[in-house]
Amino acid sequence: MSLDDISIKIATDLNSIGSIDALLNEIATRLARFVATGESAMIDLKSLPFSPAEYEALRTTLGRGEVTARLETIGDSELYETHYPGVWWVTHYNVEGDVVAELIEIAAVPAILHSQPEDVQDGLERLQQQLSKK
Amino acid sequence: MKEHETLEQRLQEQGISRRSFLKFCAAMATMMALPPSSASAIAATLAKVKRPSVIWLSFQECTGCTESLTRSHSPTLESMIFDMVSLDYHHTLQAASGFAAEQAREDAMKEFHGQYLLLVDGSIPIKDGGVYSTIAGRTNLDMLLEAAQGAAAIVAVGSCAAFGGLPNAQPNPTGAVAVSDLIKNKPIINISGCPPIPAVITGVLAHYLTFGALPALDDQGRPKAFYGETIHDRCYRRPFYDQGKFAKTFDDEGARNGWCLYELGCKGPTTHNACATTKWNGGTSFPIESGHGCIGCSEPKFWDAGSFYAPLPAPTADVSSAAKAAAVIGAVAAVAVGAIDRGKKTQAQQSREKLTVDDLKGE
Ligand code: SF4
Ligand code: SF4
Repeated sequence: MSLDDISIKIATDLNSIGSIDALLNEIATRLARFVATGESAMIDLKSLPFSPAEYEALRTTLGRGEVTARLETIGDSELYETHYPGVWWVTHYNVEGDVVAELIEIAAVPAILHSQPEDVQDGLERLQQQLSKK
Repeated sequence: MKEHETLEQRLQEQGISRRSFLKFCAAMATMMALPPSSASAIAATLAKVKRPSVIWLSFQECTGCTESLTRSHSPTLESMIFDMVSLDYHHTLQAASGFAAEQAREDAMKEFHGQYLLLVDGSIPIKDGGVYSTIAGRTNLDMLLEAAQGAAAIVAVGSCAAFGGLPNAQPNPTGAVAVSDLIKNKPIINISGCPPIPAVITGVLAHYLTFGALPALDDQGRPKAFYGETIHDRCYRRPFYDQGKFAKTFDDEGARNGWCLYELGCKGPTTHNACATTKWNGGTSFPIESGHGCIGCSEPKFWDAGSFYAPLPAPTADVSSAAKAAAVIGAVAAVAVGAIDRGKKTQAQQSREKLTVDDLKGE
């Protein structure tokens, strides 16, 4: 018997629990609120008991839009806008490449992409130091 | 011993940007089962706290709990957890040995009396004066009683420290007991599991640092954020349980179809732990995803609870009919998203843009 003889079956009839529909409804509600009031929101995907099939279904449903951003800090992070503008899929990895946080963020731009005031201040000081050396 | 600096100073020294720190806090929020929008509030507080002194005592144990922690998948755990706290004594991890090691423990106990966090893994044998487990010629019993006196709080890591674990299983030849059997006058938090989920250990430490207090506990002294629900509550095979589709052997059609493992002895319905969502090995999977039932390792006396392969006596309270009814009337979104909210925060809190640490307290 070789490895190929072991049949692998992908579970498909797991939709009965309805958690994907529930989540999509939730996203729609938050997105509507964002449109009306500008209030952003985040949903923690790691707290949801998805089966691998449900997770894939969610990814396919939301799709990928026009923008992808990558952070390179204590491991990578990938942020992309889904097919629905304002709905971002945010995945943070650690240096070993494990997922440490996975979120749906509803915002014009995910918060972590903004330059942080502390970092800006620090950068300004470095630049000034550089100039004063000349 | 020098005064412990704040985490912010420590990170600055290492050239870690604020944005990296925010990312780290996003991971911590996930770990602590708090709303993800709380990351910036957590960052603001964590940056300012002084790193507390931690003394870790390992008693009658297999070192699996330490193994679990050092393989925790948090961002650069080694630097992170050791940046968050000042680990002043851990006999497996520290470089010092012999007298120097014991000296470090005594120094930390003196200097940070009343403030240090005491972590314990392993049970404590008390039969025959506690002679069955000793460190540097002293019994575990003696060492625990002494170290507990100056502790601000005690964290019992793993089922042995929390409930007695394997050493306490029948016939318990060494008279092994849990930390809470011996210490009555200190706050004790039980992080049970054999071993406990590494992210839960770090999550509880982060909670202590952020809020300056232990998280809300269940009746077994476990943090509710991680042990509030059963494996069965969050199991992805649950729809099959609800439909009455059970695997009868490990290689039958049902097993191949990924049906519920209840009849193969799964203890998920009576076991409180975060495996079904937090998962293991960097979030890869958990036992049920590999086709084996839960053995109930985070519950007291799980070694003596009968065969791991014997089905539980009777189905527990059947919530499935309620869930089905909800689905029928279209309330499924509210129900499921309510369940999503792991930290049990209100929707308003969860979606508010600016949270402060005070908003998150009071659970
Ligand atoms: S009995 Fe076990 S396998 Fe079945 S749904 Fe419950 S936790 Fe999952
Ligand atoms: S699935 Fe059950 S036995 Fe396995 S680690 Fe989690 S609580 Fe313990």
